[in-house]
Amino acid sequence: MAAPANESLSAVLRQWLGATPTVDNIQRVSGGASRETWLFDAHVDGVTYPLVMRRDPAANNSQTDRSTEYQLLAAAAAAGVAVPSVRVMLAPADGLGDGFIMDRVEGETIPRKILRDDVYSNARATLTAQCATSLAAIHSVPLASLPKLAHQDARIQIKQWQSFLDGFGEPHPGFELGLRWMSERIPETVGDPKLVHGDFRNGNFIVGPDGLRAVLDWELAHLGDPIEDLGWLCVRAWRFGNTDKPAGGFGSITELLDNYESAGGRRPSDDELRFWIALGTVKWGGICMMQAFTHLNGMVRSVELAAIGRRVAENEWDLLKIIDGEC
Amino acid sequence: MQDRPNAHELVEAVREFLERDVMTATSGRIAFHTRVAVNVLAMVERELQLGAQHDVDQRARLQAIFNQDGSTRELEIKLAAAIRNGELNTEQHAAAVAHIRASVKEKLEVANPKYLNQ
Repeated sequence: MAAPANESLSAVLRQWLGATPTVDNIQRVSGGASRETWLFDAHVDGVTYPLVMRRDPAANNSQTDRSTEYQLLAAAAAAGVAVPSVRVMLAPADGLGDGFIMDRVEGETIPRKILRDDVYSNARATLTAQCATSLAAIHSVPLASLPKLAHQDARIQIKQWQSFLDGFGEPHPGFELGLRWMSERIPETVGDPKLVHGDFRNGNFIVGPDGLRAVLDWELAHLGDPIEDLGWLCVRAWRFGNTDKPAGGFGSITELLDNYESAGGRRPSDDELRFWIALGTVKWGGICMMQAFTHLNGMVRSVELAAIGRRVAENEWDLLKIIDGEC
Repeated sequence: MQDRPNAHELVEAVREFLERDVMTATSGRIAFHTRVAVNVLAMVERELQLGAQHDVDQRARLQAIFNQDGSTRELEIKLAAAIRNGELNTEQHAAAVAHIRASVKEKLEVANPKYLNQ
């Protein structure tokens, strides 16, 4: 899609700001290959509002639509989770696509910078605890405050990822081996289902020199086992080479679990956590395939998406290690 | 038979052009996608070098598991289904695990050899 027109953005902000703003500095953020993120500024009476528009470029291929994401952000904010404040839900008549506008939280989202740059060394020291606390808060969001979300427990997800992989028609015996291993080790359900973020990992939160500032990318949110989020954060892909720091590339599993527990979360057993790391590894493999096929089927032609298809093998490799007892 | 440069050498020439000329002349999204394109071409170079032997080896291992002829792809599909449905005997299962380890390693030798040392 072409860049949004200044006039369209300006018109859609009128109701929230109570006046028609001027809009400038519209720019697209690189990355975020499956949807578009645009940054821009709105100005009214000498005040600048730094904003973000998130929208789908073409047919929606993610689990939740943008309106659900908008409602989720509102519910998470009410429960004390650090998220950008949502401002405007776009309507078809606005001519801007399917999406919404929220505040722009300043900071870094590029994982390698967060994990390597000196300016984030203090942030790295607190990130594990902050992630654990945020996850405990997400898992305590009252279900009554949420939009309608699918319930996806471990058993459902194994079946779901099997059929998801089948949809591409490409054989992956490594994933099959892992899924079989998992189906023999399904954790027992403990307590009621909780809000699960579904994509809580480095790259999907905004970090400043002070640490975690906002949790983004709620499009995979669902109801289920909260330990899924802890496992996903520990999937090897999110370590970005920091293999000695399994919690997100910045911490230890013990530090993550200790902080999660003291923030009110339920501490999982090693086997439970390992199960969800394994499932997360299949899930990331599946998402890599989906991204490659977004290119292959012509929906969005992109060398970046094409290249991601060859990262699937990294996940099969990781899964084989997990089966062998490594985390 | 084609004249030189061969396929590998042509891909190499394009990769070098992207690295030497395009990367240095661009910034932002274009520079990022150029870096991705350079990595993709390096991958194709490794596949041109290693792919044929990998296929021979993978096919031989799969044929041994099923004691049956077929292409690598046909037998790989059969293997994936057999694992899902629990149709392998103990001996086949052990051979399948060894094959999968070797095959995934071979895929990474093409896609991202550095990953094997992480």
